Amino acid sequence: MAVVDPPTFSSGEAAERLTWAERVPAAYWVLAIVLLVMPAFAGNFVLNDIFGRTFYTGIIALSLMFLAGYGGMVSLVQMSIAGVGGYMVAIFGVSAIDTISLGWPWYVAIPIALVVAVLFGTLAGWLAVRTEGIYTIMITLAIAAAFFYFTRQNYVIFNGFSGFNGVLPPKLFGVDWQQAVPFYYLTLFWAVVCFLVVLYLSRAPFGLALQGVRDNPRRMAALGYNVIGHRVAAYSFAAILAGIGGILQTWNLAQISPGTAGIGPVIDVLIIAVIGGLRHPIGPFIGAFVFVILETFAIDALIAVGLAGDRFQLLIGLGFLVIVFWSPDGILGLWEKLRAARNRDPLLDRGGDAP
Amino acid sequence: MSAFARRHPVWTVILLIAAAVLLWMIFALWPKWLVELIGRKKVFLNALFNGVTLGGLYFLVASGFTLIFGLMRNVNLAHGSLYLLGGYIGYEIADLTGYWLIAFPVTFLVVGAFGVLMQIVVFRRMEGQDLRQTLVTIGISIVMADLMLWIWGGDFYQVLTPSWLSGPMETILVTAQKRSGDLVYMKYPMVRIVIFLAAVAIGIGMWLLLNRTRIGMLIRAGVDDRDMLSATGARIQLVFAGVFAFGAGLAGLAGVVGGTFQALAPGEDVRFLLYSLIVVIVGGMGSIPGAAIGALLIGLADQFGSVYMPTYAVVLTFLIMVVVLAFRPQGLMGRA
Repeated sequence: MAVVDPPTFSSGEAAERLTWAERVPAAYWVLAIVLLVMPAFAGNFVLNDIFGRTFYTGIIALSLMFLAGYGGMVSLVQMSIAGVGGYMVAIFGVSAIDTISLGWPWYVAIPIALVVAVLFGTLAGWLAVRTEGIYTIMITLAIAAAFFYFTRQNYVIFNGFSGFNGVLPPKLFGVDWQQAVPFYYLTLFWAVVCFLVVLYLSRAPFGLALQGVRDNPRRMAALGYNVIGHRVAAYSFAAILAGIGGILQTWNLAQISPGTAGIGPVIDVLIIAVIGGLRHPIGPFIGAFVFVILETFAIDALIAVGLAGDRFQLLIGLGFLVIVFWSPDGILGLWEKLRAARNRDPLLDRGGDAP
Repeated sequence: MSAFARRHPVWTVILLIAAAVLLWMIFALWPKWLVELIGRKKVFLNALFNGVTLGGLYFLVASGFTLIFGLMRNVNLAHGSLYLLGGYIGYEIADLTGYWLIAFPVTFLVVGAFGVLMQIVVFRRMEGQDLRQTLVTIGISIVMADLMLWIWGGDFYQVLTPSWLSGPMETILVTAQKRSGDLVYMKYPMVRIVIFLAAVAIGIGMWLLLNRTRIGMLIRAGVDDRDMLSATGARIQLVFAGVFAFGAGLAGLAGVVGGTFQALAPGEDVRFLLYSLIVVIVGGMGSIPGAAIGALLIGLADQFGSVYMPTYAVVLTFLIMVVVLAFRPQGLMGRA
């Protein structure tokens, strides 16, 4: 064999030759740049009330998407976990209710808050995974309601109906993180971190095993995987995300009360995740954006067409029904359908991928 | 019963002792130390009666929920909305005709028809997709809640009790003894007792229907194995529609009852949905006797909780659910 074979590349090998920067789709680069320079041309209202909210609601919805999309467990308890995170920051950190708040510095309060949130999430998950599939929704909804009623009744720790106000982010590096621009970057940073971690985890052994557990728990058990363990671990991880989202939300609103994790917000998180799409971690952020836009402008729009502004819930509910009816994968699914339709060969009248 | 006693002798003894203590507490005159310990007997008896009758109401709501779930694997999260819709319709009917009793059959039919509509238009299109069905029911409940808020507003409504049922009723239970030696008998609202008896009658009727008739046989077969039942040529879609109508109708009926007992307002739909969830989780999904036991347990916990530990009454019911889930995930009467 004196002759050297010319190197041949399959498409997979060619892809590996690209640098990581080239492998990221162009759309993501555009999005990243737009988001980074956003404060240059957007006002405080847009930064804080639209994008800030989108990011932290998206993080909470992302934790639901992680459980539902990769684990097959639709958990309605994520908003309560976020509530636990927010409450713990208020209780261990600084708030206006100084009879209860311990006033510990942020580098103690935040880790404790996250640890408590993870403990709560793990406990809820441990209860929820004892039953399968559709039961999970019922049980997590019941746990979420229990948390809501408990915080409303308990005045010793959770300060009952009124909750805590004056919960502000620490003034780190001399920046007031509650101001619109710093808060925008803070939430953007955590949204990107959470997004990337979930993306990474979905391809890591743990995420793949979790998807295996979702698709066929029996086979995974036969292969030697600990099915219950994987599911509970997924809840624990999702609790970190929800806890981060909850802390950011508490800082933004500067208060937390039982209503933050009431039945309405609990369902809203599910709506957000489903509207966006449960297949990919970008879905919850899309859903959160749509939801926040709707919530902010629906009243004006409704009044403009001559309806009463308080029919916002009707609009959300109908939109949710339409999405669930026609596109089970949410807006992401619509987008994929659209792309498949565009790539359709008009002569063969079939899609590019479909046989 | 005897099989249970043979398998769990310790539990049987504990349950028997508990039942004996309860019976003694109901019928005996309370000695002084007991009154000092937990308060007057009247309070206890009232809590007991309220708990049992509330359990009857919960049973009416939850039995439809569990029946639909057991047969169609459809977690109908719009069940609470059906309850509230039934309540409002019952109120309108009773207000219009002036007859309280007419409200029941009309509401049952109207809400039942609505249930059939939901089953045919929505759920039949996505059979076997549990998650999507559940999401759709969430959407329906949001839309219905807002529509009902639109039509009936945020006010409280109460279905008026007819005169022949209003007022208290003498019971044979002694609550206290006066100094003069006369016995004081307990008085209790008649309407609650009548409604509770009706709930028991409906429960027994459902049990008979399920266990003694041909339709019940079909439904039980469907609960066990849907696919095999449809393969034998049974018209399973008809059974589905019928069960959905019946379950929805029961929820509507319960709405009228709830509107008489308590009040109707926005938010009651979520509350009753949650209670039926807990009742069904505690009792066991898809089991009618389970729903009865769960409803009784949750109703009693709710009422005794609000009398003896008012702050955490709601939490107590959730605690029961958590304990049941931890030790018996399939529910008390559920099959593993």
